[in-house]
Amino acid sequence: MINGIWLGMILIGFVFAAVNGRMDEFTAAVFDGAKNGVTVSFGLISVLVFWMGMMRVAEDAGLMKLIAKALGPVVSFLFPDVPKGHPAIGYILSNMSANLLGLGNAATPMGIKAMQELQTLNPDKETATPAMCTLLALNTASITLIPATLIAVRLNYGSAEPAGIVGTTLAATAVATLAAIAADRFYRRLTLLRRPPKPPAVRTGSAGGGGPAVPHSSVKG
Amino acid sequence: MLELISLISAWAIPVMITLIPLYAYYRKVPVYDSFVGGAKDGFGTAIAVIPHLVGMLVAISVFRASGALDFLMGLIAPLLERFGVPAEVLPLGLLRPLTGTGSLAYTTDLIRVHGPDSLIGMIASTIQGSTDTTLYVLTVYFGAVGIRNGRYALKVGLFSDVVGFIAAIIVCMLVFG
Repeated sequence: MINGIWLGMILIGFVFAAVNGRMDEFTAAVFDGAKNGVTVSFGLISVLVFWMGMMRVAEDAGLMKLIAKALGPVVSFLFPDVPKGHPAIGYILSNMSANLLGLGNAATPMGIKAMQELQTLNPDKETATPAMCTLLALNTASITLIPATLIAVRLNYGSAEPAGIVGTTLAATAVATLAAIAADRFYRRLTLLRRPPKPPAVRTGSAGGGGPAVPHSSVKG
Repeated sequence: MLELISLISAWAIPVMITLIPLYAYYRKVPVYDSFVGGAKDGFGTAIAVIPHLVGMLVAISVFRASGALDFLMGLIAPLLERFGVPAEVLPLGLLRPLTGTGSLAYTTDLIRVHGPDSLIGMIASTIQGSTDTTLYVLTVYFGAVGIRNGRYALKVGLFSDVVGFIAAIIVCMLVFG
């Protein structure tokens, strides 16, 4: 899907640039976007280096397992295929708390660390596991108690009540998060019912004795 | 309540950064060595994200600069205007999942022009604050661990963006409208 979207945006961009006579803008946008990508990545270096160091200290102290054990049941229904007490749960919980408090630059490193932990449980390193998809769903909806940036912007423009959006934001973000969890559940079920995608190297003529076959009668609903 | 939450938010990071090494030291972890050992991975992770972010941001940037995004907005605007939603906030629904800085710039501009406490300002602030930039999160998180096939994650992210966008508008129109 991501391949199609990427190609689609460039293709559609080209067609529109041609029709609107914006070829110069197209070229400028290419290098602008590329520069932006590098700038953002470099901005990530400092937070990633710092938080990954801090997280290692927490992990070496056994804190991640402790958090996972203490609060694991809270999230285990969202991540049924992550073993109980696995450090990934600890990182997922830190990521969610950081999001909740609006600590954006701490949330990203913790989320990435959680992804890396989930990757150790992944049998196919190039394909996302359901747990990874759930983690992403939670982060794209990113439930927030304090929209700190927006409060600052509103304050800047002389709002009488800069924090007046906290309630509406909480309501909207909660709905978005519930929608994300529901959709994630739906697709998780769907992919469980379907057969898992074939690994690319499988030859159709190979000898029998593959894994236990899924009875087809139970697959179609 | 809000004061309490802001207080927790301000204290969270300093407290964490003090307590984690303190507890580790108590557990006889060589804290500095451990920190440096973990921090080393951070650089590589940030570098690993570069190709993904460059690729994605170029596509988004081209899509915007060509006028394709404006065209799409023009298509959707009359549709939502029929429900009494101010047309000014509609571009945000398309910008928000694509670019965090782009949509923040747009929101800031709406707040500047219409005032932070106007209905438009409130809706825009709520939309901007209530979800994260789906494409960015997807690119960075998957890019950092080398996932190529994201399965249904993008669909779920975009779906929740749409729901969040509509929810933000409805809630704001009910509360401030």
